[in-house]
Amino acid sequence: MQYEIIIAGFGGQGVLSAGRLLVYAGMLEGKHVSWLPSYGPEMRGGTANCHVIISDEEVGSPILNFADIAICMNLPSFDKFESFVRDDGFILCDTSMVSIEKTKETSKKVYGIDATTKAFELGNKAFANIFIIGKLLKITKMLKPESIEKALYDVLPEKKHHLIPIEMEALKVGLAD
Amino acid sequence: MGEKVLMKGNDVIAEACIRAGCLHYFGYPITPQTEISHYLSKRLPELGGTFLQAESEIAAINMVYGASSAGARVMTSSSSPGISLKQEGISYIAGAELPAVVINVVRCGPGLGGILPGQCDYFQATKGGGHGDYRNIVLAPNSVQELYELTVKSFDLADKYRMLCMVMADGSMGQMMEAVQFKDEEDIQVYDKPWATNGMGCRGHSNFITSVNVNPDELEKVNLRLQAKYREVEKNEIRYEEINCENADIMVVSYGTTSRIMKNVIKEAKKIGINVGLFRPITLWPYPYEALAKHTDKVKAFLSVELSAGQMIEDVRLAVNGKSNCYFYGRMGGHIPSQKELLDEIIRILEKEDK
Repeated sequence: MQYEIIIAGFGGQGVLSAGRLLVYAGMLEGKHVSWLPSYGPEMRGGTANCHVIISDEEVGSPILNFADIAICMNLPSFDKFESFVRDDGFILCDTSMVSIEKTKETSKKVYGIDATTKAFELGNKAFANIFIIGKLLKITKMLKPESIEKALYDVLPEKKHHLIPIEMEALKVGLAD
Repeated sequence: MGEKVLMKGNDVIAEACIRAGCLHYFGYPITPQTEISHYLSKRLPELGGTFLQAESEIAAINMVYGASSAGARVMTSSSSPGISLKQEGISYIAGAELPAVVINVVRCGPGLGGILPGQCDYFQATKGGGHGDYRNIVLAPNSVQELYELTVKSFDLADKYRMLCMVMADGSMGQMMEAVQFKDEEDIQVYDKPWATNGMGCRGHSNFITSVNVNPDELEKVNLRLQAKYREVEKNEIRYEEINCENADIMVVSYGTTSRIMKNVIKEAKKIGINVGLFRPITLWPYPYEALAKHTDKVKAFLSVELSAGQMIEDVRLAVNGKSNCYFYGRMGGHIPSQKELLDEIIRILEKEDK
């Protein structure tokens, strides 16, 4: 099985770190992984994205031409990457940022979670990406939630470890959504 | 082997530098390789080494010349426009027969160009770049794991032959993260450097390192010695990888990022009954001419795939020597060919060859 995922949104929404978390957790589960960020001029004030591959086999090209899953954390990303998704794939939107009306414009399968609103309710908008990951794991079961928790401990600096229990709460909400 | 860790390509190059016992780095920041400097600026002082952000790329390469003259393992890194600035120093290092490692995380040119990945520095890296009859060993990794292994190897090759070894990656390899497995302990060979200008001690004579020699007889001798050394490197150090080459209809020649895309294309082509072979040079100099030439009678055509206007294709043609048709497919400006583009091109070539 190979998951090819593009994660896109504004800089600061945790787009790159969401991808990093997924590949790290994938690596912990013994899968082959790659993570390639956009580092072009579009980063400034525009959209950031990363290409993520989590696979049972060796990863060929780390650069995606199409994706099984597009995670769109804002409207420009939805417009840009809707066509990037294979017909049998799906789009996962932060519906705080992409209206449900808008998601009806595509013939492709769309899932949504009100991630940014839920993150504000939890007191930190930086958690939006964790709600999204929770929802992604619910849909695909591609990784175990425990691997995400372990990855958080490995990836985050120690001074931020006190936030991990809250992030795991966010993950659970996503998993139950 | 140690545990697998997830790291960015540029960070892995920096870590490999330290693991190879290189504690001296001189550089000047430029996208897409600045993470190398960033990593080393933190680590090298902790280890008692030297991290110096020079006033320019030219200054940095000349600091490399100095540190190497004193017998130290030393590295600099940059990206295309910065490597152009270093060319004078690179030629001097060749003339003075100094070991040094230069990393080029290639971006697209010419001029200041853009910051996205390219392979458009192939000519510069393998055919000169600076003035004079000299060669650099050029290694072309295609994964984060290889960035580690080949960077460590580059220090050994540089010391072994007293010459400059370049690791040529590209922007996407520097920026991407993959799992990398470091060795528990590096197998570092320590080379005697009796030529180093590190104080006379009990030596009884002073060493002198220079690339200037105005006596034509002596300078020709230096050149003949350099050429003899380069023939030795050609004999011993050629590296390449062959994938799916048995019974291949067409042989694609590709290195670095594009060779990764080709791995996917091979799979897609199989589904429609086309057998695509991949020949991946790992040393761009010395180039694996003979190994590539062995395929000339077995395949219908050769195709060089590059992120350039067609540079390595010239070496492919030299290897094939007119015995088979050589085609080229490339993208520029930071664009990367899609699997579909490449497969369509392969189908087009094979239809043409079958006529």
